Amino acid sequence: MRETLFKGKAIKLGDNISTDDIIPGRFAYLRSDLAELSKHTFEDLIPNFASRANRGDFLVAGGNFGLGSSREHAPLVIKMSGIAAILAKSAARIFFRNAINQGLPVLLCDTGQINDGDELEINLTEGVIINLTSNAKLTSNKMPPLMSAILKEGGLIPYIKKRNDFELQ
Amino acid sequence: MGKTLAEKILGGKSQPDATAGDIVVATVDLVFVQDTTGPLTIRQFEQSGLKTIAMPGKTAIFLDHAAPSPTQQTSNDHILLRRFARETNCHIYDVGNGICHQLVAELFANPGDIIVGADSHTVTAGALCAFATGMGSTDIAIAMALGKTWFRVPETFLINLVGSFPQGVYAKDLILYLIGQLGADGATYKALEFGGESLARLTMSERLSIANMAVEAGAKVGLFPSDEITQGFLSSQGRSDSYKPLYPDADANYERIISINLSQLEPMVSFPHSVDNVRSARDTKGIKIHQVFIGTCTNGRLEDLAVAASILQGKKRHPDTRLLIAPASRQVLLQAIEKGYIHSLVEAGAVILPPGCAACLGLHQGVLGDGEACLSTANRNFKGRMGNPEAMIYLASPATAAASAITGEITDPREVVT
Ligand code: SF4
Repeated sequence: MRETLFKGKAIKLGDNISTDDIIPGRFAYLRSDLAELSKHTFEDLIPNFASRANRGDFLVAGGNFGLGSSREHAPLVIKMSGIAAILAKSAARIFFRNAINQGLPVLLCDTGQINDGDELEINLTEGVIINLTSNAKLTSNKMPPLMSAILKEGGLIPYIKKRNDFELQ
Repeated sequence: MGKTLAEKILGGKSQPDATAGDIVVATVDLVFVQDTTGPLTIRQFEQSGLKTIAMPGKTAIFLDHAAPSPTQQTSNDHILLRRFARETNCHIYDVGNGICHQLVAELFANPGDIIVGADSHTVTAGALCAFATGMGSTDIAIAMALGKTWFRVPETFLINLVGSFPQGVYAKDLILYLIGQLGADGATYKALEFGGESLARLTMSERLSIANMAVEAGAKVGLFPSDEITQGFLSSQGRSDSYKPLYPDADANYERIISINLSQLEPMVSFPHSVDNVRSARDTKGIKIHQVFIGTCTNGRLEDLAVAASILQGKKRHPDTRLLIAPASRQVLLQAIEKGYIHSLVEAGAVILPPGCAACLGLHQGVLGDGEACLSTANRNFKGRMGNPEAMIYLASPATAAASAITGEITDPREVVT
């Protein structure tokens, strides 16, 4: 079981961040070399993202985060950068599923109430986000139990390793 | 309560009473990857500890995105994919066969099927009434291993189509218009289902273009009923036995119903850098285009090349505008040669690229330079999509693309064809 309580700083992003913003398609030739690929995370959108993101930080986005391609390398390089969770108003469906399959939490909530640099505390089990900077409390949308179970195991591979199948609650 | 197409198909492969909102585990009829998502799928499959793939005859690998390979790394990925195909006995379609979604339509997709692919435009096969949707590499690895996956049964938006396209207006204009109306996340998690009296006049090629872009409004699937048009297409591909009629129930429950009168549509152009930034072509005077790209899983089919060839025949591309054409599959290329379209296009100054994704995602064969603008018949114009974040990408129909290749700027095709 993975840890469920996180504390970190918000890195604020806008609406409609595409998988090409996260990891541009032109680097597809590096997809079998994740260490090299991850150096280009958010390259066209956030200069110096790799040095700006600290282990345990949160990406806080607007609507439709992760739209576009099915490339799972998008949540993968975000996770490799040390980001502990993604908060968004809404997320594109393939990205959402991919992130959970990689054990990277995505919480859907009213991110309008979070500013860049705010200190946040996230309780994953309860889906509650405390903004320590503004003292506001946010609740995230519940995900289907099957998805929570996958996330709890740290991703789809460890989930399947344990069960050899999907389990509907 | 009656059922939507999504409920019928998903219910048919899981639990018969499945309704929108339910989580189901369903068997799948086809699982596939392409060359940029396949290598991670294989590594995840190997990680899972599951030793064999469930259905080698219903598993496919397509080498289409960077094909022929432009880099050492991609060549090594191709080697990995070929090796996996040999070891597991699954299908592989090597360099030059065409784009995965076109080949899925030509060779595999049947009404009532569930198809999952490690590519977001897997939705294309919805044109054949298959519940076809894109997933990431890990989901696909597990679907390969188990022969099933989980779904949330989506709510459905019914898109009710009436009327006929006026001259110069095509399926691409309809889907761009719809995405402009819905917004890039207007249908997130939803199924789009197309209905209405116009369906009987929409060819399979047009349906494939429309279903292909359902994902650009966030939808999980873009479904057409299975009717005589489906039957005709399947028999043209030598698969008449696979036909079965499939319609939604008359009293199906739709979350939204959107009606569109095709006769009121105009040629549309999607502006940089988002697909829902749609305007009508006639309001786009004076936008210079350095490269026109006709192809992709959206508009690289025979009908698309026919339209382009008819506009470009006997004309020349503008001297400052490169014209790139990539047929969606080998079958399309061969038929376009037979019909003389390739001849007309090459005479007009086109470069013919091998069947595959070509310039679509910026890996090879037509990467844009700084400050350049491309008019493409593809489905995405995100910043950086064609290999350069300093370039601009406009999306339109093959007719608008061909007209613009002649004038060198974005041009309403109705001005060129009279
Ligand atoms: S043609 Fe473009 S959109 Fe279609 S599968 Fe290839 S890269 Fe993706």
